[in-house]
Amino acid sequence: MHNEDTLNQKNRNRSRILADFRFRAYGILGLVIAGSALLFLLGNIFSTGYSAFQQTVITLEINLDEDRLGVTSTASPEEMQEANVAKVVKQSLYDLFPEVKKRKEKRDLTKLISLGAELDVRDMLLLKPESIGSIITLTVPVSSDADQYYKATLTGEQFKSRLKENQKQWLQTLIDNKQVIIKFNIDFFTQADSRYPELAGIGGAVVGTIYTLLICLMISFPLGVAAAIYLEEFSRDSFMTRMVEANINNLAAVPSVIFGLLGLAVILNIFGMPRSTPLAGGIVLALMTLPTIIIACRSAIKTVPPSIREAGMAMGASPIQVTFHHVMPAAMSGTLTGTIIGLAQALGETAPLLMIGMVAFIASVPGVPTDPATALPVQIYLWAESAERGFVEKTAAAIMVIIVFLIVMNLLAVVIRNRTRISNK
Amino acid sequence: MSSLLTFVVALSLTLMSGLRGWHRAKSKSNLHSRPIYHGLNHGLWVALPMLAISSLWLISDSMIIKPSVLSELTQNSKVLLKDTDFRYLEITQIANGLLLTHTDDANTLQAVQSYLQTKENTDTFILTMLLVSGLLGFRGVNRRFKESTPAREQVERIVKIVLAASSAVAVLTTAGIVMALLFETLRFFQQVPFTDFLFGTHWSPQMAIRADQAGSSGAFGAIPLFVGTLLIASIAMLIAVPVGLYSAIYLAEYAQPKLRAYAKPALEILAGIPTVVYGFFAALTVAPMIVDICRAAGLSASSESALAAGLVMGIMIIPFVSSLSEDVISAVPQSLRDGSLAMGATKAETIRKVVLPSALPGIVSALLLAFSRAIGETMIVVMAAGLAANMTANPLESVTTITAQIVTILVGDQSFDSPKTLSAFALGLTLFCFTLLLNILALRVVRKYREQYA
Repeated sequence: MHNEDTLNQKNRNRSRILADFRFRAYGILGLVIAGSALLFLLGNIFSTGYSAFQQTVITLEINLDEDRLGVTSTASPEEMQEANVAKVVKQSLYDLFPEVKKRKEKRDLTKLISLGAELDVRDMLLLKPESIGSIITLTVPVSSDADQYYKATLTGEQFKSRLKENQKQWLQTLIDNKQVIIKFNIDFFTQADSRYPELAGIGGAVVGTIYTLLICLMISFPLGVAAAIYLEEFSRDSFMTRMVEANINNLAAVPSVIFGLLGLAVILNIFGMPRSTPLAGGIVLALMTLPTIIIACRSAIKTVPPSIREAGMAMGASPIQVTFHHVMPAAMSGTLTGTIIGLAQALGETAPLLMIGMVAFIASVPGVPTDPATALPVQIYLWAESAERGFVEKTAAAIMVIIVFLIVMNLLAVVIRNRTRISNK
Repeated sequence: MSSLLTFVVALSLTLMSGLRGWHRAKSKSNLHSRPIYHGLNHGLWVALPMLAISSLWLISDSMIIKPSVLSELTQNSKVLLKDTDFRYLEITQIANGLLLTHTDDANTLQAVQSYLQTKENTDTFILTMLLVSGLLGFRGVNRRFKESTPAREQVERIVKIVLAASSAVAVLTTAGIVMALLFETLRFFQQVPFTDFLFGTHWSPQMAIRADQAGSSGAFGAIPLFVGTLLIASIAMLIAVPVGLYSAIYLAEYAQPKLRAYAKPALEILAGIPTVVYGFFAALTVAPMIVDICRAAGLSASSESALAAGLVMGIMIIPFVSSLSEDVISAVPQSLRDGSLAMGATKAETIRKVVLPSALPGIVSALLLAFSRAIGETMIVVMAAGLAANMTANPLESVTTITAQIVTILVGDQSFDSPKTLSAFALGLTLFCFTLLLNILALRVVRKYREQYA
């Protein structure tokens, strides 16, 4: 009887210990799932996108023949625009493969190089008209299909290329002759969007994002800090201030699409701000970032010890002087950290920018904040929605760039936080 | 360019006034305030009136230019104009050289001319007012200058007003959101009955833009959108709640401090990744994976399934659940744990029977916030969930959500007269009310919880 009880007790204890073990295992499993989701996401983006940082180019010897171009070296810039550059570029390819005679085959051959070749030649003509009549050597990108095919052969990846068999053979010959090589894709960082994947870059989007964030910072930082100072230092605890506080907390949780609606109905339609511009985008993002900055700045002000205020007051400083000369310098690092985190959120925000029209196709780098522009996350969206296979790696590469931006901003925030932690000691 | 010039002129006027005040004060003795405050006072008296006047520019477009141009256009064309907003947008774009398509319509060209003329007149008027106000401020503050002028008090009073006005911006933003949503929603309900929107089961906002165009008359029953939104958000919560909660429990109760120091920021990376990235991931990787798996299992899945969007959204909100819950669990007093452990309970029993029940209100509020985040999330559903307004509970089919519809309706040019555009605002108001309700509820629950240990 007594023994049986002990046995039961032992069994119960063992199952309790097992339950404890299981519970702990669930916890580890949860962390592992979250961690592997993160790794899978980042790994997936990286493996898709890293190839976009390289570009397949072809070196062509182009005979700038007067007859084929239809212009002479003395032609005006308008006439140069009309020059038949396509003909000379195509001819340079035909010269490489004299055996290609049929019309259809010739067309297949010219499809190997990008339209960018013609644009490059035209720029060349406008810049150096005297080169007409001579033979120039030009390195131009190959077409997106050829680029994809060559990159796939390098990595051994299998995919259904749109290239025909004869195109593949020509490309292989060019590769063997070292006329087609792969190089670092600097155009990806300097060029704006394009309909052709091999010519598209994030330059325009990055400039648009920088303008948008600058406008956002210029509006939200002073307003946010001023609001925080008022709420922490000068407001009496009245009904109004409690309203403002509740309001700010709620505003921080409003979905971003709603801010897009606000931007559309008020900032574009009532205030008449120019559509599709970093100016309008920056204002919308500033309103979104404002609560983050106010909350961060308020908690930074709260951590300033009252002794600093009291010492200032005792020396005869007015409340405003105490705030601006003593409290704010001490609270600045917390405020800056919050501001950077707010800006990092604004950097990735897409929906409100889509709604105020920053989604238009813009093939030039914007000059001023009132030029129509697009932003980096919007560019990612546009490319992701595009059907062309060549844009997939560009999208992933643009995502890698935006993630690098985010990491840099967050590191900056950490550095500022750590530096002041030391100085406060 | 003219705006830059205006800015430079205004700035130099302010600086001049400020320097003059500072200089005048410096040469005096027996001053009430230090010269710098006289300078600031003089500067502010010029800058603030000009700032107030320049805000007229914000409303000039919608208050003066647009009505004038449109009324002229209506008189000239002698026909009732539809889509006036759209026409006006076209006119401004032609006038600013943004619209590349060429137009020969005499009415439009005339309207462009009248737009440019009115704009120039308005700009000149505001500019004159601006300069006059600045000069008046300059003169006024200069004439009142005395050694005994309490310049510091005056400056501080102005600074306090500016600070208070800044904190009002947040309130104005909310007011702007509510007004914009309400106003456009009311216009929507004038054209589409309230009950059709809230209880209708058919959503197809496509409408004929012109009268002669063939097309459906549009149906605005929002129930399929609500169902789709809830379906995707529920799938997301199904992923995020167990993973997030168990991670939080492990990090708060079991993990070594060193692991916590690395795992917490790593989880927060998930929250920092832009949602458009998740959308790309969902559309490019997860959705095809689901299609393949389903085909292997003999099921048919749409290429834009609710499951793909929900799964990825679940990953996105894991950190919202875990980080908020971990804070709450860590805040449970150690004495409660010690008491339970001293009674012989295992650690898991302590957590399940003592820690979690006392942290429950905080956890519930974290879950509510995560749910509100999932409902308001936009880019993932725009890119991965599709646009077909199916009313289904099958996660393998394509559904659409409130946010996806808002974005789809409003991307591109839109006319503010059509029910299609306005329906986006009605959806926006619904979304705003719903998330607001969830947030208030979450705050309530948290406040109740705080009182227990206060």
